[in-house]
Amino acid sequence: MSKVRVLVGTHKGAFVLESDGKREKWDVSGPYFAGWEIYHVKGSPADPNRLYASQTSGWFGQVIQRSNDGGKTWEAPGGDIKPGPEAMKAGASNKFMYDTSPETGKPLTTHQFYDGTQHPWEFKRVWHLEPSLTDPDTVYAGIEDAALFRSTDGGLTWHEFAGLRGHDSGPRWQPGAGGMCLHSVILDPSNPNRIFIAISAAGAFRTDDGGKTWKPINKGLHSGFIPEPTAEVGHCIHHIAIHPSRPGVLFMQKHWDVMRSDDAGDSWHEVSGNLPTDFGFVIDVHAHEPETIYVVPIKSDGEHYPPEGKLRVYRSRTGGNEWEALTNGLPQSNCYVNVLRDAMAVDSLESCGVYFGTTGGQVYASADAGDHWTPIVHDLPAVLSVEVQTLP
Amino acid sequence: MIRVALPAHLRTLAHVSGEVELEVEGQATQRSVLDALEARYPVLRGTIRDHVTQERRPFLRFFACEEDLSLEPPDAPLPDSVSSGKEAFLIIGAIAGG
Repeated sequence: MSKVRVLVGTHKGAFVLESDGKREKWDVSGPYFAGWEIYHVKGSPADPNRLYASQTSGWFGQVIQRSNDGGKTWEAPGGDIKPGPEAMKAGASNKFMYDTSPETGKPLTTHQFYDGTQHPWEFKRVWHLEPSLTDPDTVYAGIEDAALFRSTDGGLTWHEFAGLRGHDSGPRWQPGAGGMCLHSVILDPSNPNRIFIAISAAGAFRTDDGGKTWKPINKGLHSGFIPEPTAEVGHCIHHIAIHPSRPGVLFMQKHWDVMRSDDAGDSWHEVSGNLPTDFGFVIDVHAHEPETIYVVPIKSDGEHYPPEGKLRVYRSRTGGNEWEALTNGLPQSNCYVNVLRDAMAVDSLESCGVYFGTTGGQVYASADAGDHWTPIVHDLPAVLSVEVQTLP
Repeated sequence: MIRVALPAHLRTLAHVSGEVELEVEGQATQRSVLDALEARYPVLRGTIRDHVTQERRPFLRFFACEEDLSLEPPDAPLPDSVSSGKEAFLIIGAIAGG
C-alpha cells in the first residue's frame, strides 16, 4: 500500500509525519535540528529517500542538511573531514557566494533598499530547496538576498545562476517585509531548460536556456502599493504553482490578487473572483485535476490572519474565479493563525491529499481533496513549510 | 592545548559534548584558534565567522578570563592562561530573540 511522508519545517525544528495511504493514523518524528529555523525540507523526486533541509539561525547562519534515509538520519554535506580532494570542499555546503566574476558578476552589486537607496547584496538564508526532477544530487536553492543557486554534488558546493541577479532590472529589486527572498522555484517537467522563479518584491522570472538568461514575466500584474503599479519588476509575489501535466499554466498568489497565466507567464489575468479577500500566501494545484486550485485567504497585509477568525481553504474547480469555502474540520471561530507561502502541498494518491501548516503549529490534512480536514498535529512551533512525498 | 567552549547549538551541530580541546600551532590568537576549530569540525565553518569576510557573526561574542575579547584584532595574542589551557576560550551566543 502506498505511504505518505509529510515534511514540516518550523520555527524551532523539522518534523516528519508518516502515514499509510488511508492517511488516518500518523507517526510523528522530530524535532530534527531542534531550536533552529527550518525554512524548508523537500525530497528528491528521483530518490525519495534523499531529502534536503535548510537549517538557519540568526546567531549561527545557514546550514544545509541532507538525509539518505527519508529523514531518519541527517548529515551536513562537507561537515566531516574526508581525505583527498573532498577535504578541500569540507564545510562548503553553507557557502553561498554571489558570483562576482568579471564575465557574469560585474554588475551584480546593489539592489534597492527599504529607504530607496542602493544596497549591496548580502546572503541571509536559504528559503527554498528544489531538488532536481531527475538527479538526486542536483538541487536548487532560492536564497535571501534574492538569487538562485544550484548544487550538483548533493549540496556540498553551490554556484549561482548569475544571469538572474544580473538582469538589467536587478538594481530595482527591493525587499518585501520578510526580506528580499527568492521563494518559489519551479522546474518545468517538460523542458529541462525552463525554470520559473519568484522573488518578493521583484516579481516572477523565467529562463528558457537553462539559467543563463532570465526574463521578467510580470505583465498583467497590478500592484497598487508601488509607484508604477504595472511596472516590469517590483511586485510582491507570494507563491507560484503549476500542475506538472500542464507546465505552461501558472497560478500565483500575489500580495493581493490571485492570478493565472496560460502562456508560461508571458501574461497574467486575475482570477480572485468571489474570494472573501484575495490576500494570502499559499496556492497549490490538485494532483490529478489541473483546473482545481487551492488558496487560504488571509484578511490583509496588516492583519495576517483569516477573515472573521474562520480558517477556510478555498477551492476552485474552474481554474479560478469561482471559489468554494472548505471548512469541514477547520476552526470556524477565534482562529487567528497565518499560513505561510511554502506551507501547503498535495500528495498524488488516487484521492488527492491536501496539507497545510499554520503559524499556530497545526498541520491539517485532507484525504479527499479538501472536503474534510483533520489536524495531524496540533502544537508544533510555527510552521514555515510543508512538503509531501507519496511513496510506493 | 587550547580549550574552547561552544554554545549548545554548535556543540550539537559538531556532535561534541563539553569543551573542545585543540592543538594550535604557534601563537594562539582568535584567528588561529578558530582556524584549528574549523579544521577539526568543518561543519562549523560559516557558523561563527562569515565565510567571506571572516568576521565574527554579529550575535556571537568571544570571552576569556572574564574579559570580552570580541573587539580585539583577530591576530592579537590570546591571554597566556588561554594559551596554556588554564582558561577556556568562550564562544557565546547573544541572549536575544525568541
